[in-house]
Amino acid sequence: MIAVIRYSAGNVLSVMNALSRLGKDTVLTDDPATIKSADHVIFPGVGEASSAMRYLREHGLDEVIRNLTQPFLGICLGMQLMCSASDEGYTECLGIFPERVTLFPGGRGYKIPHMGWNNLENLSGPLFSHVSPGEYVYFVHSYYVPVSRYSSAIAEYDGLSFSASLSKDNFHGVQFHPEKSGDVGERILRSFLEEI
Amino acid sequence: MLAKRIIPCLDVKDGRTVKGVNFVSLRDAGSALELASFYSSNGADELVFLDITATVEGRGTLISLVRDVSRTISIPFTVGGGIRSEGDVDSILGAGADKISVNSSAIRNPGLIDTLAKRFGSQCVVLALDVRSNPAMPSGYEAVIDGGRTPTGLDALSWASEAEHRGAGELLLTSMDKDGTKDGFDIPLTRLLSTSLGIPVIASGGAGSMEDFREVFDDGKADAALAASVFHFHEIDIPELKEYLRKERIPVR
Repeated sequence: MIAVIRYSAGNVLSVMNALSRLGKDTVLTDDPATIKSADHVIFPGVGEASSAMRYLREHGLDEVIRNLTQPFLGICLGMQLMCSASDEGYTECLGIFPERVTLFPGGRGYKIPHMGWNNLENLSGPLFSHVSPGEYVYFVHSYYVPVSRYSSAIAEYDGLSFSASLSKDNFHGVQFHPEKSGDVGERILRSFLEEI
Repeated sequence: MLAKRIIPCLDVKDGRTVKGVNFVSLRDAGSALELASFYSSNGADELVFLDITATVEGRGTLISLVRDVSRTISIPFTVGGGIRSEGDVDSILGAGADKISVNSSAIRNPGLIDTLAKRFGSQCVVLALDVRSNPAMPSGYEAVIDGGRTPTGLDALSWASEAEHRGAGELLLTSMDKDGTKDGFDIPLTRLLSTSLGIPVIASGGAGSMEDFREVFDDGKADAALAASVFHFHEIDIPELKEYLRKERIPVR
């Protein structure tokens, strides 16, 4: 069973639709027991970090997520919440990856949000076993996670390289939206669900 | 490197495409869903649906179209046209659209942008701005509404900046002087807004040739370019357009 975590952050319909196009049955849930018993857990997210973390703490989902041992995939804000802290609302996050989420520098010709299709480089790990360096995925975000030893894909925006993906043990995160990334995104979701 | 986006625009009424579409590949030439699905698998980076339905029943049809499109395609799409309230946006995003665009309703009630950005996030609030040149305006351009018929007295650049500060996450900029002419995008207008604002700008109005797209990216500094008829009538094929742009050293997916 695939559990998609339901919480305050945004619209999960796109993720549910993408999984159903892959022929996968999913359960949208905030029930700790259901999440703990799932084979795969997906943690989507569009929204703001501090209110999302507040919701997770109030519902005890922060502890549940940290202690999961099955394959886990955070998407966009979901990935950012897996870091130690976010500058968005100066929020303490889940601490799975020891990284700080930072706002893209404005000014010098930067447009924020970083919105659109950007290519992936320095691919490693099982999420990208069917993706070639240089393939494009869809991003929409104003905050980023710096490149670190946990980066499993890197993208670049106007000269600044950042983590397009993070991986550590059973925990994976993607800054982009695989559910909106056409055929490349479908391959990534399929690898997560069928090969991890 | 961030790619420049190519965006077909579908005008829909009662859930069907309005402008004639002559694709032999479509079983139902008026089906917005079939056309969306075709573009999604043929190189479009995003889609925009512009709803011109006036009736309440038609709005219901729009919502079910949005739901079907969201189930079917795997690229982002924006829905605009007639959006006036938080409730309108809630039902369109709830049906699976990624972004909504507001135009005249935001000019009449600028606070709508703040409300929508706060509740749904800037990333899904697109300001659609129709513009005509007007030398009396400080920037040389005036915001217009009602399909270009009604001048607003607002300077296009200052209104776009205000909308950005209120929380719009993207600008869909249409030159009403160029719209329908097929003699190229309004390059000075696009460059002025794209280099003055800190949000992405989608250029629209005037696309006639592949060269027009190169020009709006190179000289107009647009982040994305939108067109309708050149795609619908297959005068420009998106995979060919991208091949051409790639040769011209413009980053495309």
